[in-house]
Amino acid sequence: MDIKVLGSECCANCDAQMEIVKKAIAKAGKFAQLEKIEDLVKVMEYGVMSTPAIVIDGEVKSRGKILNEQEVIALFD
Amino acid sequence: MWLSFVDFLVFEKFGMSGSIGNAVHFFIYDSVKILTLVLVIIYLISFMQTYIKTETVRDFIRGKSQFAGNFFAALFGILTPFCSCSSIPLFLGFTQARIPRSATFSFLISSPMNNEIAIAILFATFGWKIAFLYTVVGLITAMIGGYIVGKVSRDEDILIKIPYVESNGEVYFEKLAFIKRLKDAWENAFGVIKDIYLYVLVGIAIGAVIHGFVPADFIAKYAGAENPFAVLVAVIAGIPMYAGASTVAPLIEPLTNKGMLMGTALSFMMAVVALSLPEAMILKKVMSWRLIGLFFGIVGTGIVLVGYLFNIIL
Repeated sequence: MDIKVLGSECCANCDAQMEIVKKAIAKAGKFAQLEKIEDLVKVMEYGVMSTPAIVIDGEVKSRGKILNEQEVIALFD
Repeated sequence: MWLSFVDFLVFEKFGMSGSIGNAVHFFIYDSVKILTLVLVIIYLISFMQTYIKTETVRDFIRGKSQFAGNFFAALFGILTPFCSCSSIPLFLGFTQARIPRSATFSFLISSPMNNEIAIAILFATFGWKIAFLYTVVGLITAMIGGYIVGKVSRDEDILIKIPYVESNGEVYFEKLAFIKRLKDAWENAFGVIKDIYLYVLVGIAIGAVIHGFVPADFIAKYAGAENPFAVLVAVIAGIPMYAGASTVAPLIEPLTNKGMLMGTALSFMMAVVALSLPEAMILKKVMSWRLIGLFFGIVGTGIVLVGYLFNIIL
């Protein structure tokens, strides 16, 4: 599984989302590659304008809000 | 009822009087009133935001006519949250969708100026008429300002190459259960209040000091009807300030009570919230100083004109 958290460098919520995703991966016992993307031109390639956003295997699963651990785990299935 | 309770509490129970009594009374009365109303309004707006995201606005405006584009960009600017961090993604996303620069700038002006917190606090302190007037004038400023900035901007002003992305013809819309929307809106509204309540209280505290201690003729003399340059000075002073709407909006009532004209006070607030130096620094990553200068100059001039207009009609 390939997970990306999209954010901008001055978005505090995005760092918080990154931490939650890390915990969610550990809790779900998934093997996943996690990356945070802050380069806005790259973020825009996903058509995302509201951050934080979560992209799993190339598909935008969430945008414009922070998901909690359970909500993130629900995205894995 | 709330007013008579605070009267009783401060003047009889605490036995306070004079300037201190007035300041304490103002602080208690305004904090509770403003924070309660702000919570209600932010909740309503957060609920609407579960339907409308910036992506929704982008898809809705793309392909619209010049006038409709500017109008809807300004209108949606009221509903979408804004921090200077989000101005770049917004600019890039709109440009990718081939939305004309005039509509993009209308949105960039409207979103911070028609800040929901500012409108909520105006509503709490002056009632719906002033809040409504502020919003309508903010919309018109954003439409006209955006139109002019769009016309005078040139392609060379955009410093990075932004590839166009073709639309799939759909408007982005988040599917979500109604109950989940109510819950998300509550979490968001509560989060916003948690983030801003201290700033609001600081604003009200400064307002309380003005209310209790600053002599009426002091403000009237420098920023009242006698000074024809008051609006201009208020706007120039407001631009470099990076205080949020949460701190500035509670100051409007005590300032106007002490003789500052309504137009001057509202222009000051518009300048503080709509234009800021940090935003200019962030925009510098994608646009030339020339364009940023034009953007600030045109919006600043618009706000000054609005201030004089308000001073004449109110």
